[in-house]
This record gives sequence, structure tokens and C-alpha cells, in this order.
Amino acid sequence: MKYVDEFRNRGHIARLAELILKEATREYTFMEVCGGHTAAIHRFGIPSLLPPQIKLISGPGCPVCVTAGRYIDTLTAIASNEGVTVSIFGDLMRVPGTLGTPGDARAAGADVRVVLSAHEALETARANPQRKIVFSAIGFETTTPGTAVTIMQAEREGIENFSVLNAHKVMPPAMEAILREGTRIDGFICPGHVAVITGSSAFEFIARKYGLAAVVTGFEPTDILSAVLMLVRQVNSRKPSVEIQYSRAVSAGGNVRAQDYMRQVFEPCDVEWRGLGVLASGGLQIADRYRRFDAAAAFTVDIPEATHANPCICGEILRGVSTPPDCPLFASACTPDHPEGTCMVSDEGSCNTWYKYHNYE
Amino acid sequence: MSEKISLSHGSGGRQAQALIHDLFAARFGMKLPMTDSALLRVPPGIIAFTTDSYVVNPLFFPGGNIGKLAVCGTVNDLAVSGAEPKYLSAAFIIEEGFDIDELGLIVSSMADEAEAAGVSIVTGDTKVVEKGQCDRIFINTSGVGILKDELMHISSGSSVMPGDRLIINGPPGDHAVTILASRRNFSFDTPMASDCASLNRLIEKVTVKPGAVHFMRDLTRGGLAAVLNELAVMARCGITIDESSVPVKEAVRGLCEILGFDPLTLASEGRVLIVADEGEAEGIVQRMHADPQGSGASIIGEITSGREGRVILKSTAGGSRFLEMPSGQLLPRIC
Repeated sequence: MKYVDEFRNRGHIARLAELILKEATREYTFMEVCGGHTAAIHRFGIPSLLPPQIKLISGPGCPVCVTAGRYIDTLTAIASNEGVTVSIFGDLMRVPGTLGTPGDARAAGADVRVVLSAHEALETARANPQRKIVFSAIGFETTTPGTAVTIMQAEREGIENFSVLNAHKVMPPAMEAILREGTRIDGFICPGHVAVITGSSAFEFIARKYGLAAVVTGFEPTDILSAVLMLVRQVNSRKPSVEIQYSRAVSAGGNVRAQDYMRQVFEPCDVEWRGLGVLASGGLQIADRYRRFDAAAAFTVDIPEATHANPCICGEILRGVSTPPDCPLFASACTPDHPEGTCMVSDEGSCNTWYKYHNYE
Repeated sequence: MSEKISLSHGSGGRQAQALIHDLFAARFGMKLPMTDSALLRVPPGIIAFTTDSYVVNPLFFPGGNIGKLAVCGTVNDLAVSGAEPKYLSAAFIIEEGFDIDELGLIVSSMADEAEAAGVSIVTGDTKVVEKGQCDRIFINTSGVGILKDELMHISSGSSVMPGDRLIINGPPGDHAVTILASRRNFSFDTPMASDCASLNRLIEKVTVKPGAVHFMRDLTRGGLAAVLNELAVMARCGITIDESSVPVKEAVRGLCEILGFDPLTLASEGRVLIVADEGEAEGIVQRMHADPQGSGASIIGEITSGREGRVILKSTAGGSRFLEMPSGQLLPRIC
């Protein structure tokens, strides 16, 4: 398949692995903060291609994993209203809240539908004018422009029965929070899809302020291995900078038009990240002009405070302080079939990918 | 406007009799008068007996419809056990208001597929439920086949041994991707069609030397990943497969890349995994190539003695990892 096979060429992969082996003269720890990277790394068996002195750890880049439990409770409470259809990304269906998962809500009679985009939820709204359609908007800069454009479209068309339960987050503040927490890493594999929108300049602070290596990379095996090699070289030469390996998709300035849409519809706010706490400007809220599309304002829901303490250590895993096997629930009480924590739910969650792939090594 | 199914079509009265005689019995070539049970004389051997229900959405899709699927699915369950499929039952649960012309198309597809596979539909049932009590039409088929003693080992995998080769008859996942694409109105540069097909003619060619085949299973829900994991546990062996030797169509790969699916977990309705003796595998692949359902046959891996119960995938990148049993619901109602 064009644009894919070139980046999975075994010869190129073997040569990159050889160069990494030759140049990796000490121990290195790099963190990837994109769930897509976590999944690709394990799916292609990248750890089995790296020398043992290079450790790749996963950060908070799975949107499902960092979504606060209260959000899921709000979502299921809204879904239980008569005449409401909740449109969600498939990953969310099995995420447990205190009131159960959206899947449980559906089994109990709520109208919860899986969609592939915000736009599809808007289509549902057009086709069902008698129902209220609530789109569950999660994700980082990658999915936010799509939500923004859809809200603008809904306004243009005067669609009254569409709203958004927003939990969009922005990535750089979370990466900075991890560094402030004192997680010991030598550099970041920066999120490729986020950078398509934000540009690599959003990650400049990593090198400038913290003196760490940073490479924006794609999702194919040669992309990831090239990024590891570039990171090793940055560390070895003590010249940290933000390099773009993923130049076929990422520029320094990013997608200016998408940024503009985001700025029109959303504004920065402080928000809770599961595992990281409340991060200043770590999230986005719907701007006043579009407030009527905000489902949190449109629906009044009564959510009980969580009562039982969950020994799940998703938070530490998301900060890169612990790995999944450190958790007392991992692979026993918490499995992909019966996830206790969000990191086990999504295909991009650290625990899920670790459970599926990692025990090979 | 065409005629619709009403509750009276399931009542046992005149409308029901007319539907049974004019549609089901006529198209399926059932013998009249109808009796409460089909009475079947069976040749000597072991009876293989299976049942499956079909609830696919949409009912009609490129490459087939719920009726064709209901015949091939049950024929294949018998055939992969090593049995020769002989007789099927067909039971319909139909929602009030369902279009009789559409029912006719579905029943015709069933009759055509049964004829092509050489099986007879010998008994059946029709129930009509009120609007909203089911989604248009659900079909159950049960099937009876005759199994020779020398093929008894195939369904349990009891003769699987290290060194055996793994063969599949074509690219997996076409059915799941076709269903998904029809639901979402995706289109492809090269049109996709479901792989839904009866495999018993192909399997006859594969089992001419009964001892050469050690295991067979069709790659339905859970895809190749599920079947390999079941086999590794059941036969207490390890399995190694080479991702780059599994043929996957461009359109399937493309959609999987976009949506984050693994083609190895996608369902097919006309694909089979065959585990064959090391020395016989090439010959079996050659014989499969002579059948329209086996033209894409290839060897994709082998049975190993280490890592009992686990499936190891050599990735396209040259790395290795476990191929896990898929979990959760990837795509609902695809069969």
C-alpha cells in the first residue's frame, strides 16, 4: 500500500536498528505521549528491535485514559434522559464511571450510538429533528478542529437539537506537568497528529526550558526508529532541539486554518486530567458565542461524588512513574475484558497495549 | 407498493399456508405434502450437527445478503469439521411490515446457494413478530452433515503437531469491511464485496488425503487472531505466523489503517484456516488453487513446540509480538 509499505521496509528498519545499536552508548529513557505511538510501538514489535539500554515509556496521550471519571458519569446521566441520543467514539463505550459504562447505559435503554466523527453526530441530528443529539467531544488538538467546524456548521444551519459534551484537552501543558513532576526522561517522542495541527513550535519549551531532546514523528516503524535515532543523537551531542522527523505531515507553524477554527469556537481553561490533576490551560471550553451548543450547560445532571477508592494506578502510569505491571490490579482484576481503569479500556491505553503485546519481550 | 408481511403470515392460517407453499416450499424444492418433521435417510458415518442464527445489518450487501450468509455459514461450519453437508433447516423471524419482495430475494439466494453447495433445505419455520419486536428479519439455519471416521480428528485439532503448516484460502476481512463500508457509505477505488461463500467444494479437494489435514476452522467472528488463539490453547501448541505472508487486500488494509482495526481480527464468511502436515502443505495449496474459493491460498505460518498456548506474530517490521485473542465488540451484527 502506497505511503505505508515504504515506511515498513524491513531493510530500512534493520539498518535503523543497527545504527541505534551502534550509537546508543548509555541508557536512555524516552517518553511517547501519543496513544497512537504507544499502539504502533507494540503492534510492530519495536521494543524487540531496540537494544536494552533504550527504554520507551508511555505518557498521557490516550484521550480516553485521561478523561476524568466525572465526565463519563455526566455523559451516562445525560444519555438516560428521554429523547436524547448520545454519540460517542467507540473507545468510550466500555470506560467505567461510578454509574457504569456508556455501554451499560445503552443496555439499560439509553440511546448511545458509536460515531466516527463529530460530523456524523451532526448528521444524526439533522436526520432526527425530534431528538436531542449530544456529541461526546474528547481528544486533543487532533480532534478539536473537527468539533469546532461541526459546531460552526450547526450554527450556520440553525440546527437546534445538537450539542457537545466537551472534554477537549491540549497536549503541551500535560507534557510540561510531567517534567515538573520530576519524571526522569531524556526526551519526548512528540505526538505526530497533534503536531500536524499545532506545528512543532508548540513543543519548543521542551528543549528551551528543560534542555531535553524532542522529535516529532509519524506512526510507521521507520518513523519511530528514525525518531529514536534522532533522540539518541540529540542526547549524545548535548544539543537538544525540537526536530521534525514527520516532515511529510508536520511543519513548524502547523495547520493555521485549523488553529483558527479552534480559536473561534474554544478558549483555554483549567481542566482535570486523570492522573495529573487540574492543569492550568490544559483544556478547552466552548466560547461564549457558541455556548448554546454546550451540553454541560443545556442539561442539568446530578452526579454523586465517587465513594469507593479504586486501587488502580492509572495516574502514575500516565505520568510515566510506573509501568502497568506495577499495578496490583493489572492482568488480574483489571483486563481488557473487565477494565477497572481507563488505561486498560482503549486500544491506545498503556495497560491495554502492555497486556496485549508487551509480555512477549 | 409491494405487499408487506403481516402478523397473519405467521398465524398458521391461510396467508401463512400460502407463504409457505408459494415461497418457501416452492423455492427450496420441498416435497409436498408437508410433514411435521423431515424424514431423512442418512448414509453410514458420524452425524455432524450445527446451528447458527443470522442477524446481519444491512440485509443486502455487495457479495451477498442475509439469506446467502445463512446457508454458507452453516454449510461451512459442517465442512470445516470435515463433514459433507447434506441437509439444512431454515427458520425465519420476520418483523411485521417487511417487504415480501425482499423476502423473495432472500429466499431465492438461499435456494441458489444451497443448490450450489449441494445441500437440501428440508424443514423450516416462520414467525412474524409485531413492528419493533425484531429488526426486519432474523434467520436461523441448522445443518446436518456426514463425517467419515478418518476425518474425526479435524475439529478438535488432536493430531496437530509441531512443524505443521498453516494455510488460508484467501485474504481475510473482506466480509467485515464490506459490511462496515455499506453501513457507513464508504466507497473504495476498487469495489469491495463480501467473501461470503460455501467452502465445502474446496474442502473436499483439501481432504482427499484425510491424514494430511490436522485441523480446519472458518475465520468468522474474531477473525484469524481468534481462531489461532483457540487452536494454540486447544492443541497445546505454539503458533508462529508471519504478518507479511498473510494476504490482505489494499482496501481492507487502508480502512484498518484509518479506523485502527487489525485485519487479523476481522471476520470473513468464506475463509478457512487449514493446518496441514508439513510435507503435504504445498500439495494442498496447489489443489486449493484449482478451486475458485482457493485461488488465493497461501501458507502463513507454522505450529511450534515452544510457547504453548501462544500465538507469535512476526510483524511486517521484523519485530515479534504476541497476537492476542481479540476482546470487546469490534463490529456488531455482521453475520
